Amino acid sequence: MAVAAVKTYEFSPKDSQDKFPAPLLYIGWEDHLLFCAPFCVPLPPPMIFGDMLKGPLAGMFGYHPEFAKVDWDKAEWFKSGKPWKPDYTKSLADNGLKHKDVIRFRTPGLTGIKGSCS
Amino acid sequence: MDMKVAKKLGLKERYNLMTRDLDWEPSYQAKEAIYPFLEYEGIKIHDWSKFEDPFRLTMDAYWKYQAEKERKLYAILDAFNQSNGHLGVTDARYINNLKLFLTGVTPLEYMAHRGFAHVGRQLAGAGPRVACLMQSLDEIRHAQTQIHSMSNYNKYYNGFQNWRHQHDRVWYLSVPKSFFDDAVTSGPFEFMVAIGFAFEYVLTNLLFVPFISGAAYNGDMGAMAFGFSAQSDESRHMTLGLEMIKFLLEQDPANVPIVQRWLDKWFWRGYRVLTLVAMMQDYMLPKRVMSWKEAWEIYAEQNGGALFADLARYGIKPPAGWVQACKDKDHLSHQAWAVFYNYGAAAPFHTWTPSAEEMDWLSSKYPDTFDKYYRPRYEHWAEQAKEGNRFYNGTLPMLCTTCQIPMFFTEPDDPTKICYRESDYKGDKYHFCSDGCKDIFDHEPEKYIQSWLPVHQIYQGNCFGPDADPTSPDFNPLMEVLKWYKLEFGQDNLDYEGSPDKKNFEAWRAQATKN
Amino acid sequence: MSNVFIAFQKNEETRSIIEAILADNPNATVDDQPGMVRIDAPNTMTIKRETVEEVMGRRFNLQELHINLITLTGHIDETDDEFTLSWKH
Repeated sequence: MAVAAVKTYEFSPKDSQDKFPAPLLYIGWEDHLLFCAPFCVPLPPPMIFGDMLKGPLAGMFGYHPEFAKVDWDKAEWFKSGKPWKPDYTKSLADNGLKHKDVIRFRTPGLTGIKGSCS
Repeated sequence: MDMKVAKKLGLKERYNLMTRDLDWEPSYQAKEAIYPFLEYEGIKIHDWSKFEDPFRLTMDAYWKYQAEKERKLYAILDAFNQSNGHLGVTDARYINNLKLFLTGVTPLEYMAHRGFAHVGRQLAGAGPRVACLMQSLDEIRHAQTQIHSMSNYNKYYNGFQNWRHQHDRVWYLSVPKSFFDDAVTSGPFEFMVAIGFAFEYVLTNLLFVPFISGAAYNGDMGAMAFGFSAQSDESRHMTLGLEMIKFLLEQDPANVPIVQRWLDKWFWRGYRVLTLVAMMQDYMLPKRVMSWKEAWEIYAEQNGGALFADLARYGIKPPAGWVQACKDKDHLSHQAWAVFYNYGAAAPFHTWTPSAEEMDWLSSKYPDTFDKYYRPRYEHWAEQAKEGNRFYNGTLPMLCTTCQIPMFFTEPDDPTKICYRESDYKGDKYHFCSDGCKDIFDHEPEKYIQSWLPVHQIYQGNCFGPDADPTSPDFNPLMEVLKWYKLEFGQDNLDYEGSPDKKNFEAWRAQATKN
Repeated sequence: MSNVFIAFQKNEETRSIIEAILADNPNATVDDQPGMVRIDAPNTMTIKRETVEEVMGRRFNLQELHINLITLTGHIDETDDEFTLSWKH
């Protein structure tokens, strides 16, 4: 469907990749709603996935007492809600991540503060 | 001498003479040229004279009663100031409701003024034109009286000083701002359904009860006075909204599906904005009138239910998001306050964890959900804060493209899972918090690809002051954004505990109650 | 059948209006809330000028209702003598 308008209604998207220093990636940690929402961060495509886990992710999620217990080898990943297996040794780009992709991870056995998914 | 005494005209005759009778048929301009926006939305109107204001209010009576309302309001405001009324509120946490209201709602009153002035000009019937003129005047009155009333608090408390500047910039204020921008950039009929009906009629009751009755309950005579004064106009606005919807539905059967889609859209847009009210009611009022859930049951489920039962005869169904909204009532306020607790460093008002007693109240009002899902979260934060480790989330959240709220809403049937929805449009991905927001986007993607999403704007570098230097080694992007917000760090933001507001209020109150 | 309701600010004037409503609408119920009073009635509720005037002890124009009104629901029919809320058509 289209916007009802009195003349041609066409505008460029406000958030195309060329406007950002690096592509945006959205990242959520399942069952840990102490962090109220998934995060949004610009990350350089050559960054190695495993480095992202140790660097940026530790900064984002490190406040949670369970973050130190995360076993990345057991983490289950999802991309746009579908099961997904990233290669930790490869870059974000080589893992197929593009601007405004959304990924989340589940850490079996870790269910948040007092098991409340917080 | 014979005197012929003219009989006083009845209300119906006066209304006819003072509205429709003042209208005229244009002779040297085509009607389509005078009212150029009436066709393009697809709405068909055959007889404008079928619209009648049920209150039959005429301009002369309007001025008379509005003047009376203003006299009452300013008498109360004077009394409030003369008696140091601000010290009579329950505690200074309450004042954060006013900060939220002034930054989030008052600028919308002004936009409503502009919107109804525009639409009043564009509608071809004299009845709705006069009613829109009155509403336009009401709305600017509301903006002015709110600014005036709350200026009395600005003398004493932090966070009020840059409200207008902040409305166009601060992350969560883009939620109410974009809601109204969406409405005023619609056609005149969609605007009437969006604001006049879906917002004024279906949803504003949920604002009255928590805010005004809450102000009264928490000893705030100032806000109670402007709130009640404004709400006395709202009954007229609701009535105009309902009358407009009946008018559209009765004019042509082809209008029904168009109106239904607008109802689906604007119920959901309005409901998302009310998220702020839900948390105000359950978490921000020191004394609570009723829970969000109770207010929802009375004003949405019962009252809205009665309304949609009545509209069923036109083939109108309850809005598409209705069932989900009713399920959310057990969760909305708890999840929303958690967002502001997370980002308490980036908002110009204070946040806090509920006291033990307040948590018990929440348990009693939300027996199925609070202890299970939310108490552990808030207790953990409270314990951490006690140990000097107060949580301030330092990474920006993912936002919904449509409502612009951080993606905190959970799946309708699973409060432990964030609800993710997405659409692809012209090679880009767009993300949403709900089916409602995704449907709105999918219907008019050209409009929402222009969303000014605060988080994305920050990353694009559009939210720093002119003197910020991103290349300097000590560049702190978040602090630069707060400067651009004109937010005084450590004064306007952070936890209520330890805030200058708390200290000042306690000191002044001690002076007021002891020698 | 659905309820209609009306809510007023709680003050001297509305005390008389509410008393008049209760006299004319035996099915109406009152809900007293901070700063406001809400009256519910099944399906329909009528405010009569004459009754309000009797209780108030002065002339009353039904349009004065606007000054103290907070919210209402139902279809409105207003004349010089009566103000009715209902879900009837």
